[in-house]
Amino acid sequence: MLKFILKRLLISIPILIGVTVIIFFLLNVVPGDPVALMMKEHISVDVVARVRAQMHLDDPAIVRYFRFLGGALRGDLGESYKLNRPVTSLILGAFPNTFILALCAALFAWIVGIPAGILSAVKKYSLPDNLFMGFSLLGVSMPVFWSALLFQYVFAVKLRWLPVAGFEGWKYVIMPAIVLGWSSAGIIARLTRSSLLEVMRNDYIRTARAKGLHELPVIFGHALKNSLLPVVTVMAIQVAGLLAGAVITESVFGIPGVGRIAVNAIQARDMPLLQGAVLFETTLVILGNLAADILYAFLDPRIKAA
Amino acid sequence: MEMKDRKEQELSYPCLATETFTEEETVAPPSSFLRDVVTAYRRNRLAMAGAVIVLILFLVAIFVPWLTPYDPYAIDLEVMTEPPSWAHWLGTDQFGRDLLTRILYGTRISLVIGIVPTLLSMIIGTTLGLIGGYYGGKTDMIIMRLCDIVLAFPSLLLAMVVMYTLGATLVNIFIALAAVGWAGTARVVRSQVLSLKEKEFVEAARAVGVKNRVIMVRHILPNCLPALIVLFTLGIPGAILSEASLSFLGVGAQPPTPSWGLIVTSGKEYLFSAPWVAISPGLFILVTVLAFNFMGDGFRDALDPYMKQ
Repeated sequence: MLKFILKRLLISIPILIGVTVIIFFLLNVVPGDPVALMMKEHISVDVVARVRAQMHLDDPAIVRYFRFLGGALRGDLGESYKLNRPVTSLILGAFPNTFILALCAALFAWIVGIPAGILSAVKKYSLPDNLFMGFSLLGVSMPVFWSALLFQYVFAVKLRWLPVAGFEGWKYVIMPAIVLGWSSAGIIARLTRSSLLEVMRNDYIRTARAKGLHELPVIFGHALKNSLLPVVTVMAIQVAGLLAGAVITESVFGIPGVGRIAVNAIQARDMPLLQGAVLFETTLVILGNLAADILYAFLDPRIKAA
Repeated sequence: MEMKDRKEQELSYPCLATETFTEEETVAPPSSFLRDVVTAYRRNRLAMAGAVIVLILFLVAIFVPWLTPYDPYAIDLEVMTEPPSWAHWLGTDQFGRDLLTRILYGTRISLVIGIVPTLLSMIIGTTLGLIGGYYGGKTDMIIMRLCDIVLAFPSLLLAMVVMYTLGATLVNIFIALAAVGWAGTARVVRSQVLSLKEKEFVEAARAVGVKNRVIMVRHILPNCLPALIVLFTLGIPGAILSEASLSFLGVGAQPPTPSWGLIVTSGKEYLFSAPWVAISPGLFILVTVLAFNFMGDGFRDALDPYMKQ
């Protein structure tokens, strides 16, 4: 087991390095002088030159990349051009909000998705099955920002049940979590359904039925555990995906999270902040995938052999 | 096309006639790849509905100037944010522009945005997947690691960064979405190539001295076609949604382009007073995406027998 984890960890390292290379070179070839952006008004040429030298902007890109990488490894992602504060502290300050949102969205996805998937599999082609699968399809086909606006319109503007936007208590999390978790719930429901249906075709299920067991103990005692294997993996991957996918949800609902930092950084052309936010979120996704792999190997010993 | 190819092979090398092929020949004499797929596809009602909707969208995109008396860009301050009426079926936006007209013109943008970047990423992904899968070794390793890296990014974030760097224009949206999308295709094509290159017909082609490039393009690629058709159809709705999201975040299409995502965004400000501005273009996105998804599912089911290598 340890060897497997170690091997997976080792594979992640070059990927992570590749990610830093892509982010750095994409964002550092962008035209426009960051110094001019910071100071805007009339400044003398030598002030610009001095600040450029201070920020090491005249060094070759390779040198700057390794400085960036070295800093990132020590948790230093540079300073925001616009806010004049360390990027790391800005991101870490916003992360708890993103985390709460993603966690609630994930919980919503699991609490709704798994039972819906089970019910759909048990009552294949019934009305609830069609309904659940319809909702699931809707979840992946709707633009997130649009469903967010729709929720705001119905539940905040018309019914006045929930606050429109902001992040000041549990009431503020409900709509964003549902909007963000909807498509994940749909994917989980579909996966649970197909996986359960596949497991139900196995011989040991036929045996369980043959010995006179009722349908419910067959499903919950024999089939469900095995059918949830792929679901659990996807769940782990999704948590990371939700953290990163919160970009739009956070902007619509005005939640001060990492995604909104990235969007604001783009609008303000604040390169270090954007760079830091993207690197942070991508690292989370890579770690999430790693966790999913390890979790899967734990749950299904057959994987390690392969 | 695939059958013709096989038939040619069979004529030149009779030993290549695979069992499944001869079976098909004897059981259903006039059967062809195209006919089989069309027959299977037509049995799927949702897929047919999807195809009809997509056809209508294409017709709208082509004939939109004749469908509406309004100009999508003409500002009319007399009728700002008016609710739906006989004159303006879906109402007007904050500049008094007819919303339905703008949405119908938006069909053009959404279809182009759906198709062009997806096609681009298919071309890049297929080429790299073919090369990697066929040659294997170091080439393959480099290509696959590159795929891993691109796939490690949350796709919207990567597209955002590319748009930040290149600037928000239509062509750059193509580039951004293709840059993000190729890796998935490359992986699928590679795995297909890996199993295809072990097949007898490839071995035979190699044995008689056919060049690698020709084997890849004439013998292996046609057999990847079923998977590519499905990937392409299912890639289109993804691209449409991505463009809408990028435009919503301000790094996609720029005003006054009648992009659906952009119209929803502008309607966001008027959600209280004029909800129709934000809601109706979203419905069009939803229906379009659903239609392509249905088509993709239909193709996948219809092509299923051809995708099992």
